[in-house]
Amino acid sequence: MTADTVVDLADVEFGYTATPVVREVSLRVEPGEYVAIVGPNGSGKSTLMKLMLGLLQPDSGTASLFGEPAHEFDDGSRLGYVAQHASASKEMPITVREVVKMGRFPHVGFGRLRDDDGSVVEDLRDDPLGTVRDIANAASGRLSASDWERVDEALDTVGMSAFANRRVTQLSGGQRQRAFIARALASEADLLVLDEPTVGVDAESVEAFYDLLASLNEQGITILLIEHDLSAVMNHAERVVCLNKEIYFDGPTDEFVESDALARAFGGAASIVGGAE
Amino acid sequence: MSAPVLQGGGLDALLSPLYWILDVWSGLLSWLGEVTGLGLLQYGFMHRAILVGLCVGIIAPLIGTFLVHRQLALIGDALAHTAFAGVAVGLFLNAVIDLGVSPYLTAVIVAMLAALLIELISETTDAYNDVSMAIVLSTGFALGTTLISINAGGLTVSVDQYLFGNLSTVTSQSAAILLVLFAVVVGVVAVTRNQLLYVTFDETAAAVSGLSVSWYNRIMVMLTALVVVGAMQIMGVILVAAMLVVPVAGAAQVSRSFTESLLVSVVLAEIAVLLGIAISYYAGATAGGVVVLVAVGIYALAVFAGKIQTAIGEDATPQMGSIDAGDAPDGHPAGSQTPSEDAE
Repeated sequence: MTADTVVDLADVEFGYTATPVVREVSLRVEPGEYVAIVGPNGSGKSTLMKLMLGLLQPDSGTASLFGEPAHEFDDGSRLGYVAQHASASKEMPITVREVVKMGRFPHVGFGRLRDDDGSVVEDLRDDPLGTVRDIANAASGRLSASDWERVDEALDTVGMSAFANRRVTQLSGGQRQRAFIARALASEADLLVLDEPTVGVDAESVEAFYDLLASLNEQGITILLIEHDLSAVMNHAERVVCLNKEIYFDGPTDEFVESDALARAFGGAASIVGGAE
Repeated sequence: MSAPVLQGGGLDALLSPLYWILDVWSGLLSWLGEVTGLGLLQYGFMHRAILVGLCVGIIAPLIGTFLVHRQLALIGDALAHTAFAGVAVGLFLNAVIDLGVSPYLTAVIVAMLAALLIELISETTDAYNDVSMAIVLSTGFALGTTLISINAGGLTVSVDQYLFGNLSTVTSQSAAILLVLFAVVVGVVAVTRNQLLYVTFDETAAAVSGLSVSWYNRIMVMLTALVVVGAMQIMGVILVAAMLVVPVAGAAQVSRSFTESLLVSVVLAEIAVLLGIAISYYAGATAGGVVVLVAVGIYALAVFAGKIQTAIGEDATPQMGSIDAGDAPDGHPAGSQTPSEDAE
């Protein structure tokens, strides 16, 4: 893990058509921060997230991820992503363990054969059979015993070990989101991006979910949360970015509560229920 | 690929090692026929048809599992109809300039080009949609029927075998081509299965993890094109998509995991193929139709079995473990349990 600025947007502008969806956005997220991005529907939150992760390229301005141009960043193992719900068919037969296993995919394959300074040729000389086996495993994308250990540890961490062999479609909303967090942990991600992760999740599970995020943040994982539930943001995030095409507020959560940014960004129709603790 | 390679002699030379495999297979089934007394195992064309059926029973659900769970079941149908255009191109070239090319080979080329076209349309419009697939499907079929009608006077081969499939027209050459398609499909899936699974399950997360979603989508549609052409020989253009979809839909009813669903769908497809070929032989019916009817029957049984499985109920809902982020990544959960978060 390096101390590079995690996300660095400078004067970013982007539109799917001629009309910009986000404009003049400048934003830096440093390692270990817990940042919430809030804004009304259609305010460009999800687009901003895609720009940060390099899934979209800005029309103007620059977007960097861990110090590299975001769209060229290729170490997917450092990124964990949790959506409202997986885009796949709801009826897809897949177990929790199989979902969490996906977090190890960026680590398997031929990249594993390149050590920091060693070469495959030298390994082949020292241990021919082992190296051939490693190459075969890399070609077939097979997970090693240590990969499976990571998977099991991630399941332990989110309290889902007992559900490892359950079909994902049999889980409640809260359990499902924990499984997706576990996938990010198995990946050993140091940036966790969550796009409205608690939509459709019951209140009790939402609290447990945010407790989990807080614990992970205490460990040093940077959290970037796109959230519609303002009270959850007030209670958990340490920094709020309020967006409605452009940034209306960027600062500590308690200052956001006292500012008029919310009213300006949401057009005066929003209020926070619960408030900061 | 140059014309001499496409022509019968050059292609046969390339496929000659596979003809040896076909001979061994045929000898094995002849021996089995003598031992069991099964009449359908007496004929060389049935040996080839069974081999093609067994291969299709593996590769169709293998690819179909990824397609169905991405809700792309119709793509097989669209590509089958463009493969028909490829067959027509082959027949047309043979009749007009005496190229001597196997229509299945031209079908492979045209179907793969169509697969790329569908993928490009979806990338441009940012979604797979019914309209683009319907356009490609209709264009393929229209091109096929037009070429065949232009050339009607010169054609001596009926197109029925391509539309409906025919066990007795599986030649050694087309069976050998199928073996090549089988090896390519199984090999590519073996190497890319992790990526295909990730893209199928959660496209955005796959992209965030660094996978090139568009490349894996292209691989998937091109493999679909290969499967469709392979299966067309016995299933026919019109019914080929069923092999991609029906066994997979049946397996999804009774499987818990993705790996299990892959295996179960292959088993269901093989049962459908073998039963279907046997019934069609003894009943004198079209193999493609009977195989699909058997597959649908098996699907109905799987739905029934799935309902029973649900009614009996799984083991009791386990309790959630406590969140234990503090000790990660090497920690283990504390013994305490949080209140159960009940599943549905």
